Amino acid sequence: MGRVAVKTIPKLDAHKLRTDFPIFEQEFHGKPLAFLDSAASSQKPRQMLDVMREFYETSYANVHRGVYELAERATAGLEGAREKVRALLNAPSTREVIFTRNATEAINLVAYAWGLNNLRPGDLVVVTELEHHSNYVPWQYIAGRTGAGFRMIPLDESGELQFDALDEIARDGDVKVTAVNLVSNSLGTINQVERVTAWAREHGAISVIDAAQGAPHKVVDVQALGCDFLAVSGHKMCGPSGAGALWGRAELLEAMEPFLVGGHMIRAVSFDKTTWGELPHKFEAGTAPIAEAVGFGAAIDYLTEIGLDAIEQHEHELAAYALDRLAELPWVTTYGPPADRRAGIVSFNVEGIHPHDVAQILDLEGVAIRAGHHCCQPLMRKLGVAATNRASFYLYTIREEIDQLVAALERVRKVFA
Amino acid sequence: MSEFDQLYREVILDHYKNPRGHGVIEGADAEAEGQNPLCGDEVSIYVAFGDDGETIDEVKFSGRGCAISQAATSMLMEMVQGRTATEVATLEKDALLDEIGIPLTPIRLKCAMLGLTTLKVALHKAKGTPLPEGLAGFDELTLS
Repeated sequence: MGRVAVKTIPKLDAHKLRTDFPIFEQEFHGKPLAFLDSAASSQKPRQMLDVMREFYETSYANVHRGVYELAERATAGLEGAREKVRALLNAPSTREVIFTRNATEAINLVAYAWGLNNLRPGDLVVVTELEHHSNYVPWQYIAGRTGAGFRMIPLDESGELQFDALDEIARDGDVKVTAVNLVSNSLGTINQVERVTAWAREHGAISVIDAAQGAPHKVVDVQALGCDFLAVSGHKMCGPSGAGALWGRAELLEAMEPFLVGGHMIRAVSFDKTTWGELPHKFEAGTAPIAEAVGFGAAIDYLTEIGLDAIEQHEHELAAYALDRLAELPWVTTYGPPADRRAGIVSFNVEGIHPHDVAQILDLEGVAIRAGHHCCQPLMRKLGVAATNRASFYLYTIREEIDQLVAALERVRKVFA
Repeated sequence: MSEFDQLYREVILDHYKNPRGHGVIEGADAEAEGQNPLCGDEVSIYVAFGDDGETIDEVKFSGRGCAISQAATSMLMEMVQGRTATEVATLEKDALLDEIGIPLTPIRLKCAMLGLTTLKVALHKAKGTPLPEGLAGFDELTLS
């Protein structure tokens, strides 16, 4: 008799993991902190902070050109972090992993270094109505500079992309770039980006994935996604602010002009000519965020040990719980897809009460959420709202925090009754 | 007083729920529209002058937004009624802040000032009175 393979759903213990995060040792306004703003930036575990401190205390110098042992140690730290990013994304080579400040800079790198030289009138750049400004504004801007057209894949009412529209979009011009996020930062939608990358390949276009919101929450495999470029931000995944990364296919990166020019990214500089360094250094002008990259690497170790499958499962459960609890409040409207098709992000509005007022009163109850347009003004227009409230969760989020949110919303309602 | 009572004191909630001077003046002598795109607050302000063409005879506002922006604009309507355009153009923001009477973080300060700044823009367009600093050249006001 053959054996039946059973996929066990991994579990994590958020109450236990929470003790890794010193931020939760404080109270705010006399209340325990319910931190429901991890989609903006995550909190930091002691393990990552310890690695950064130790690196600064024992292994820090500028990288690459030093011949002394300490500089070699620092270089090994930075390059070790690059390998961790490569492994996280299942990229073929570390030559294809470029450290940037954040995902926005990574996307700008592609928009400028690829877009300026490859786009022209008659071409199309295709983004979505669900994009964060980070994967929208650079493309809108570079399309404008080059005369290329700029189109959006529309959303349906549940906040999911309407792929039926793709072929109609392609009739408007020569599709050269598709830029899509893996997970929407405002609705939490997990996008079927493979649909877009396959379509891009059919049209000979490059596909750019903004995984700033996806990589913290699920396994990302650039080869399985079939994309050409993918951007991540370390600070959203337990790493320090100031370190992100771009993965790009080597043959594209090699053919591209540099983005920033200056120190470190050169091969040789003479009076009238400069030649560029090898990948990835060609795209890393100036001193890298060395310790930040090392911290990013430590954060990847931390997440990998917990398991991204377990993190994803935990977030689905929290999203389902939050949607259930919020459904008990008839004066609350939630936006976005069902829990099984979203990451741990829930956007909502309270009837008749502006999100800023909601967020301000929640703060006094120890609940930190985000209120505003979440860098998604085109989406807000589509939803017909000026702003929303957004609660977002991570591996350290516990149900008690969602209960604290719901109780605080009752108070908001009472104040404005 | 608790932090909560400080922030949403009764008078703020009262102005928010029952705004004074809420509405539109058709054929207003001065009007302008202001937005705070960060949080989506919007106000439009309409002014009718008296026979001297200078004294604010009637002033109204419409819009939507957070309690602070809407309550502050409502309070402003009461403050400027009967004053001249020149007086209002030079009105210090502290005069309105004293009226609001609650501590405001920098983000909420923008909400609170939206109505006053929009009114100054309306008066500037109609009467050429000076604009608040940093806004010269703006017709439709966008605070960012």
